[in-house]
Amino acid sequence: MKYLANVTTLQYSLDKCTGCGRCVEVCPQRVFEMRDKRAAITDRDRCMECGACAMNCEFGAITVNAGVGCAAAIINSMVTGGPPSCDCSNTSAGCCG
Amino acid sequence: MQMQTLKFVKKEVPSWTTGTVATPAGAVYRVSSAWTSADYRGMIKSRSGAFRMNYAVTPGLYAVGDPTKDSDVFVTANYKLTFDLLRRELKGMNAWILVLDTRSINVWCAAGKGTFSTDELVKRIAEAKLEMVVGHRRIILPQLGAVGVNASKVQKNTGFRVSFGPVQARDIPAYVQAGYKKTEEMSTIRFSMLDRMVLTPMEINPAMKKFPWVAGGILIVFGLQPQGLLFQPAWSQGLPFLVLALLAVLAGAFVTPVLLPFIPFRSFALKGWIVGVLSVFAATRYVELSTVRDMILLIVSYLLFPALSSYIALQFTGSTTFTGMSGVKKELKIGIPLYIGAASISMILMLVFKLKEWRVV
Repeated sequence: MKYLANVTTLQYSLDKCTGCGRCVEVCPQRVFEMRDKRAAITDRDRCMECGACAMNCEFGAITVNAGVGCAAAIINSMVTGGPPSCDCSNTSAGCCG
Repeated sequence: MQMQTLKFVKKEVPSWTTGTVATPAGAVYRVSSAWTSADYRGMIKSRSGAFRMNYAVTPGLYAVGDPTKDSDVFVTANYKLTFDLLRRELKGMNAWILVLDTRSINVWCAAGKGTFSTDELVKRIAEAKLEMVVGHRRIILPQLGAVGVNASKVQKNTGFRVSFGPVQARDIPAYVQAGYKKTEEMSTIRFSMLDRMVLTPMEINPAMKKFPWVAGGILIVFGLQPQGLLFQPAWSQGLPFLVLALLAVLAGAFVTPVLLPFIPFRSFALKGWIVGVLSVFAATRYVELSTVRDMILLIVSYLLFPALSSYIALQFTGSTTFTGMSGVKKELKIGIPLYIGAASISMILMLVFKLKEWRVV
C-alpha cells in the first residue's frame, strides 16, 4: 500500500553518504537500498516521514520533515497552533496503542 | 544459591514473573514466556480501548530464562501488551529485557512522541548498571524505535552499540539464528487485513461516543413542528437518518479500514467518501428507507453522510503504517473546506425542508 504521490519532504544527498547502511537498517518502508556501497532511494512515494533515517544518519545526508501522519493530530495542531503530536492522552480518544 | 533481596521493594510480585535472577548489579525478576488468561484478557481490553492508557509494566531490567553476561539485551517499551509480545517470542532463549518508561505506549508511537528516546535509553542503561550485568557492549532495539533513538549518540554516551532488530518481535528468533541479520521481510512493516481489523474498535468507539449527540440532533430536527416537539415525526422521519448516520460511521471506521487496499484512490478521504456513497445508495435503494423519498432529504443524505464517512476514514491515517504527515496535511487542506461546505449546504437544505413541511414556503 502506498499513500499520496509526490508529497514527502524526504531529501537525500549522495555526496554526504558514507555507506554505513543505517538508513537501510531503520527504514520500515524499504525506501533505501545499498547500491555501489552507497545508499540509494528506491521509491520516494513509499516514505511515510517517520524520520528514523534522518535521526540515525550520522553524516547529515538525510533530512525529512518528520511527524505523525495522523489526521486527528494535525487537526489538533491547527486548532492549538502547536506541532502535530499523537499525544491525545488528554482527550477521551487514544490514537496510539 | 541464596537469592538476593530485591532492591525495589514491591508489595505485589507481578503474576508473569517466575522468581528472580542474581546479577552483579542486584537481583532482577525472571519473566515467564507463557501467557496466562489474565494476559489474554488484558490484550483484549487494551485493544478495545478499555484501559490502554495505564496498561504498564515497571521499567527496568528483566531476565528471560537463565541469562549470562554474554546474553543478548532486548530493549522494549513498558506498554504491557508490547512487553507481553516480546517475552512470548523469547520463549526458550536466555536473554535480558530492558524496559524503557514510555508511559504505557507502544514502541512506535512512543518513539514518535519522544518517550522511547535516546535520553531515556541512556538513562535506563545507567540505572540498570548494564555494563556490570553483561560483558559485551551490544543492545538490540526494535526497528521502529529508530524513530526516537539516535544509535550513535547512545554509543557515545554508554559504549553500547545499538542494533535495530526486526520490526516484529516474532522475527527475533530467526534474526538471532541468522547471526543478527535481517531479511527484507523482517525490516518491512506490513499492514494485513487482520492488522487493520484489530485496530477498528478504536476507530468505532470514539465515533460512537459522539453518536448520541448526532442522534439527538437528528430527532430534534425532524420532531420540531409548529405545535412543538413531536415524537411521531421525530421517530418516523428521523429513523432513516439515524440508520444512515450509523452506516456512515461503519463505512468510515470499519469498512474502509478493512478493505483499504481494495478501494480505489490513495486518498483516505476519497476512499471513505466512496464507501459512504455506496452505503447511502444501498440503504436508500435496496433496504428501502422509505421515508427518504423526499428529494431534499435524498440530496442531504448524499451530501452529508458520505462526507461524514470520509472524515472518519481520514482519522484512520493515525493508525496506518504507511501514511505520512505531508500527505495527511494535503488531504485536510482540500477536505476540511469541502466537509464544512457539505455540512453548511445540508443545514440550509434541511431548513428549506422544514419550511416546506410547515408550509411556510
